[in-house]
Amino acid sequence: MTDIRSFDDTGEAQFGDYVQLLKPRVMSLVVFTALVGLLVAPVHLHPVESFCAVLFIALGGGASGALNMWWDADIDAIMRRTKGRPIPSGRVQPGEALAIGLALSGISVVMLALATNVLAGALLAFTIFFYAVVYSMWLKRSTPQNIVIGGAAGAFPPMIGWVAATGSFSVEAALMFMLIFMWTPPHFWALALFMKSDYGDAKVPMLTETHGRKVTRAHVWWYTVALVPFALALGFTSIGGPVYLATSAVLNLESLRGAWRIWRRDESVAEADGYKVEKQVFKFSLLYLFAHFCALLADAALRGWHLGGW
Amino acid sequence: MSFRPEHEIHRRRLGRNIGVGVLLGAFVVLMFALSIVKVTQGDLMHGNGKAQAGTALPQTEASQGAAP
Repeated sequence: MTDIRSFDDTGEAQFGDYVQLLKPRVMSLVVFTALVGLLVAPVHLHPVESFCAVLFIALGGGASGALNMWWDADIDAIMRRTKGRPIPSGRVQPGEALAIGLALSGISVVMLALATNVLAGALLAFTIFFYAVVYSMWLKRSTPQNIVIGGAAGAFPPMIGWVAATGSFSVEAALMFMLIFMWTPPHFWALALFMKSDYGDAKVPMLTETHGRKVTRAHVWWYTVALVPFALALGFTSIGGPVYLATSAVLNLESLRGAWRIWRRDESVAEADGYKVEKQVFKFSLLYLFAHFCALLADAALRGWHLGGW
Repeated sequence: MSFRPEHEIHRRRLGRNIGVGVLLGAFVVLMFALSIVKVTQGDLMHGNGKAQAGTALPQTEASQGAAP
C-alpha cells in the first residue's frame, strides 16, 4: 500500500490515467452529438473523412478536458466527486496535463481543418478556447451563471459535425446547438441540488450557494420551460420529422413534469427522501438529450427510404 | 544469471509505451487512408470541393460541357 502510494506521488502514470484526463464520459457525449450533426447534414462525407471528423472533434473535446483538469486541480482535490481524478490523486503531474491538453488541441484543430474544412477547424479551436479559458478560467469561479454560459462549450459538437459536412452554418445547426445549450443549466442545477456540500466547499459559486436552493429550484423550472420551444422547433426544420416531433413532445412533457415537481418541493421534504426527485430528473435529463439525437438519426434514416421528414 | 523481479513502475511504463505506440501506429494508418481519399477526390486542389467538383475540368471543357 505504501509502495503503491509512493509511485502515485511520483506521477508515474499508467496509460489509463492519461485517458482519464480526457474525460471519456464527456467525450462519449461529444462523439455521439457530433456524429449525429454529421450524419443528418444534407452533404455526405466519405466514411474515412467522417471518421476523422468525429475522431478529431472528440480529441478536441478531450484536450479541453485535460486543460480544465490542469486549471481546476485545486478545487478538484476538495470535491468528493472529483478528488479521484488523475491530478489531485497524484497519478499525473499538472505540467503533463497542460502539455497533453495543448498538444492535443493543436493536433485536433489542424487535423479537423485538413480532413474537412477550415471553418470546422476554427469552430473547434473556438470551442476549446471557450471551455478552457472562458468557462474554466473565468466564469466557473466568478459567477453563478457559469453553467449557463459555459454550457455553450458542450453545445458546439453537433454544430461542428454539421459544419464539417456542409462547410457552412444553418438554422438546423443553430437549433442543435440551442438544444444542448438550454438543456445544460437545469441538468447541472438538478445535480447541484443533491451533490449538496461539494461546490460550496470548493467555493465554486453555484446557484445553490449564491442564491439558495429555493431560487435554484425555480431556475430549474423556468429553464426547462425555455428549452421546450427550441427542442420542438428542431422538429419543423429539414432534419426533423414525425419521429423527432413525437419523441420530443413526449420527452418535453415528462421533463416539464419533473422540473415542476422540483420547483414545488420543499427542501425538508427533499432531504427526507434523499433527493429522490432531483436524482430522477437528473437521470431523465441524460435520456432526454440522448433520445432527441437518436430521433434525429431515425428521421434521417427514414428519409433515406423516403419515409421520414416533412 | 539472475533476473530482477519486474517492478510496478516498469509495468506502468511498459503499458504506457505500448499505448503510445499503438496510438501512433493507428494515426499513421489513418493519415495514409485520409491521404488516399483526398487524392482520389482531388480535394488537395479544391479544399472542400463537394460543391465545386465541376471546376476540376479545364475552363474550356467545362464551358463546352455546360453549353446546350
